[in-house]
Order: sequence, then C-alpha cells, then structure tokens
Amino acid sequence: MFAEFLQYLLSGITIGAIYALAGLGFSIIYNASHVINFAQGEFIMIGGMSAATLTAAGVPLPLAMLFGLAAAMLGGVLIAKFTIERARNASVVTLIIITIGASIFLRGLAEVVWGKEFHRLAAFSGDDPIAVMGAAVLPQSLWVLGVALVLIAATGFFFNRTLAGKAMLATSHNRLAAQLVGINVRGVVLVAFALSAALGAVGGAVVAPITFSYTEMGIMLGLKGFTAAVLGGLGNGAGAVVGGLLVGIAEALGAGYISSAYKDAIAFVIILLVLMFLPNGLFGKRGTERV
Amino acid sequence: MANRLFTSLMAAGALALGLAAGAAQAADPIRIGSFLSVTGPASFLGEPEKKVLELYVDRINKAGGVDGRPIRLTVYDDGGDAAKAAGFAKRLIDSDKVDVIVGGTTTAATMAAVPLVERAEVPFISLAGAVVIVEPVKPWVFKTPHTDRMAAEKVMADMTKRGLSRLALLSEDSGFGKSGRAETLKVAKDMGITVVADETYGAKDTDVTPQLTKIRSNKEAQAVLVFGLGQGPAMVTKNYRQLAIELPIYQSHGVASMEFIRLAGGAAENVRLPAAGLVVADQLPDSDPQKRVVAEFSKLYIDHIGGEPSTFAGHAYDGLMLAVEAIRRAGGTDRARVRDEIEKTKGYIGTGGVVNMSPTDHMGLGLDAFHMVEIKQGTWKLVD
Repeated sequence: MFAEFLQYLLSGITIGAIYALAGLGFSIIYNASHVINFAQGEFIMIGGMSAATLTAAGVPLPLAMLFGLAAAMLGGVLIAKFTIERARNASVVTLIIITIGASIFLRGLAEVVWGKEFHRLAAFSGDDPIAVMGAAVLPQSLWVLGVALVLIAATGFFFNRTLAGKAMLATSHNRLAAQLVGINVRGVVLVAFALSAALGAVGGAVVAPITFSYTEMGIMLGLKGFTAAVLGGLGNGAGAVVGGLLVGIAEALGAGYISSAYKDAIAFVIILLVLMFLPNGLFGKRGTERV
Repeated sequence: MANRLFTSLMAAGALALGLAAGAAQAADPIRIGSFLSVTGPASFLGEPEKKVLELYVDRINKAGGVDGRPIRLTVYDDGGDAAKAAGFAKRLIDSDKVDVIVGGTTTAATMAAVPLVERAEVPFISLAGAVVIVEPVKPWVFKTPHTDRMAAEKVMADMTKRGLSRLALLSEDSGFGKSGRAETLKVAKDMGITVVADETYGAKDTDVTPQLTKIRSNKEAQAVLVFGLGQGPAMVTKNYRQLAIELPIYQSHGVASMEFIRLAGGAAENVRLPAAGLVVADQLPDSDPQKRVVAEFSKLYIDHIGGEPSTFAGHAYDGLMLAVEAIRRAGGTDRARVRDEIEKTKGYIGTGGVVNMSPTDHMGLGLDAFHMVEIKQGTWKLVD
C-alpha cells in the first residue's frame, strides 16, 4: 500500500521536475517581455533530439548536449530577434501567437533535419532500477532531479546575485524606469530567450533517455510546463518549480488512484481551476493594478 | 566502319524499342488503383506499402505482365486522413476507372472507402487491421492483414499452454489499442481467461509506471498483455522492467518491427508476441509452406528497397498478388468475375500466412498464420 503510494509519488516527482524546468523557461521569458513563449517545448525537443542523434553518430554525450544547447540558444535568439523584436509594437496576444507560429516552424524544421522516427538515448548511468522502500527508481530519474535542482539554483543565483540578472528583473518590474537607468532592455529580451532555450535544451537531453526523443516531444511537455508556470504564478520562478512538481504528482496519483484514462486531463483541469479561482497562481503578485 | 556499325546498332535498337512499345500498346493495361497513407502519422506503414506495390508491379510488367497485359498502377497519398481517402477512392473509381483497388493503410481510411466501392462494385483488398472491415462480410471488400482478434486469441492460447489463466490488460487509447481491448475482452470469455485488470495509457505518454504499479500490486494477475502500436509499447516495456515486474509480458502484433527492439533496448528481452512468419523468415522450419515465400520476399525487399522488410510491407505484397492471381484465373478484368475469383482463393501462400477465402470469410487467415515469437538477445526467436 505504502510502496504503491511511494511509486506514484516518485514517478510524479520525476515527471514534475521536467515540467518545472519547462515552467521556469516560461517564467523567464514572461518576466522579460510579458510574452508567453509557446515555443518553449521545442527548445526541449531540440536538446533531446541533438543529444540522441549526435550520440548515435558517435559524438560523446557532453559534446552532444553542448551542441544541442548551442542550437537551442541560437534558435531562441533568432526567434527573439526576428519575430518578437520586429513586432514589438504589436499587442502581447499577437506576440504569443507569433511564438506558436515559431514552434510549428521549429517542429517542421526538425522533421526535415532529423526525420519523424523516434530516437533512443542510452541512460547516463545504466538502466538498473534502484529500490527505495518497495518502489523502483531509475538512475536517470535521479539525473533529471539533480540537473533540475542545479539549474533551478543557478537560475536563482543569476537573478538575485548578478548584475545582468538584476537588470532583467528590473526590466520586468518597470521597463521604462529600467531603460532610464541605462539597462539595455532590448538585450534583456534576447538574453531571456537564450536563457530559457538553454534550460529547455539541457532538460530535453536529460529526459530523452526516459521519454525517447522525437520532433513532437515538445508539444505536451510545453503545455504541461505552461500549466506549471500558471499554477505557480506567471513570472514567479520558484512558483513554476513548485507548480511543475504539483502537476506531476497530481498526474501520477490521478493515474494510480482514479483512472489512467484521465491522466492528461488532470493538468488541464488544474489550469482551468487556477484560472477561475486563483488567476494569479499560488505565488503570483496580487493583481492590484493602479490607474 | 565503327561508325556504321554503331548507326546500324542504333537503328536496330530503335526498331526493337518501337516493337516493344507497339506490343505494350496493343494489350489493354490492367488498372490497379491504390490509396495509401504514404505521409502523416501512419507513414511508417504506408511508405513501405507503396514501395512494395511499385516494386512488384514493375517486376510483373518486366516479366511480360498478366496474360500479356501490363499493369498500370495509380497510387494516391491520403496522408492518414480518412476524408481524403474517400475522395481518392472516388477518383480511382470514377476517373481512373480502375479494375481493382489494393490499398487503405489504416482502418479509418478503409472504412471511409467501403461504401464507395460497394456502390460502384469494384473489388477492394484492404491492407488495414481491424476486424470490422470483413465482419460483417461485405461482398466487394477483402483484407490481407491478421486481425486484432486473432492476436488476442493467439496470446491467450499461449497463456493456456503455459497454465496461466488470469490476464492484466494494458491498452493504448489509439484506434488500434481500443479495438484490441474490445476484442481481447470478447475473446477472453470464450478462451476461459479472466481479465483481472483493464488499464489504458496514452499513445504519447512518457511515463506508464502508475498504471503498471497498479498491475504489479494486483495479486491475481498472472500475465500482462499490452495492446498498442509504435513507441507507446516500448515505453511500457521499459517501465515494466524498471518496476521489476516478474509476470510474463505479451505484446500485440503491432510491435512486430525491429523499431520496437531498438527503442526498448534491453527491456525488450523475453517479451512475447504473435507475429507473421515474415519476421522470423530464416527460422521457419523447411516444412513450413511459408518458408520459401517469405525468404524470397525478404531478399527482394532488402535488395531493392533496403531496410528491414516489415510485416506491413508484406500485407501490400499479399494484396497485390491476390488481385493478380484472381485476374489471371478470371481470364480478364471483368469486375464481378475478379471478385468471385478473389473469394475463391484457396491455398494462396503469402507473407501473412496461408489464405483460404470463402463467401463468409474475406480475410482467409487461420490462427496458424501467427507465430508466437519471443525477443532474445535483441532479435526474434520463434517459440511455436
């Protein structure tokens, strides 16, 4: 009974850590530009596909991951440069729709480059499950959790301890004031896209041994990451992480105790409930807009 | 001198070509039409099917055609869209005026075309799996692949042989998985098997451990059957080993391709599944009537198309050959006579098995068309 619960919980935390990384990417870009970047899932896909296809071609894993990271960051910067920046006078909704277009473009491009097949990436440290009080965990799950933790900590450090990070936060709070004190606000958007692309790409490479990688792997992960970001409060990094874990655990418990047929529905029920009753999310700023 | 020789050779060549062309024109071609999912989600089925049809039509034509008449093949790509499939079926019937249709990669595409071929009275050999295509029997519709019901029967027969009687079912929420689940539940009653767990998973799920944990803690289950297609079953198999479940695991014929072994890696060891003789071509005993046919097909496929010959490619070969044999026996392309001859097919040995059609059975495969195979050291091992 307890072993069963523990298994659901561990499954939920593993998958939740992936959602958390995706959610964090949403938050960073939202902070810098108030845009919800629906191409976030595609950054994950680029990371996963690069790692899987390059290692299959004989490139060592760290190098393959680095390449995926670079490719995703380049993609992120190009999207920011050639779509978001060009259309910066358009409404936020228009920009969001542009990111949906960018995500479809990236998927199409990936299909041309890598084809439609599924690719397999060997687990980083073997496939032998580790037994934890009757539940079984794959070593790769620990990799996912560890890498997620490091990335989350690094992101926190960047925003709170470095000048560039603080400049980004300042821009999110008040764009005009930030510009007045000499912050390059346009550069901030580019950095935000590059940073969230990097988060996504590393996340994609780490989860690829668990999920397989294919050109459409980003769609569901992106949507769940969005749910995580909304649940935690858009623009709140820590909130996105908690949100991701909650969504993952809710899904695993729901599949275990209610019905596996409704697994994907659970995330979307959560998002509906949050939007209805807690529009600012669990940790979002209370919406007291002054006129 | 050399120059004159060259000129006369050229002239002779041109004359020969002209004669050949004249002969081909004299015989009215046999028109075979096809709509396949060459692109789209079912492209891994449709693409090899198209290549096989083209390869074999080309070979038949080079060997002089059917009774001296060449085959003209028309293939349309429905992209996995049933509405498009119906449109192409209509075009094949109305404007291409085909004599017979061999196609319909998916069950949905096939069923969309069925009313059209029935109305126009064109013989139609489908390449899709579900049992609804030939049950109830439709006068003009036939199919070559094994059904999901046969797969369920084969698995349960193997369970009975091993003394297992309580099955945990895990099916995919795709069309294939849903139909497989329904057939499994139906067949279980007749085969004396109790289904003690009935779980589902999404075709694109990245984690199936919750469902499997439920099955693991079900003390009654003695074996697990997974009914799915594509990467989903590979995910299930990986999670199955992760949770160290000891029960024997069965998969459906939907994973009978090397792709599954490649994706699941070591986790695929000891998985059992029903599959057509094609995947174990070289292990079939010499006494097996299929041995020669599948070995020849495998060799041709590898030489001319490349890659691993999938069972789906075999279904296209079987469909084409059934049509050609029937036309040969009918002595022409009169649609009603061709239909009658397809229905009278007896003892045709194809890649899917031995086909014996009848007015009540428009597929004609028996349970012996399936072989139980087990995955050992990353390859198929014939069990029986």
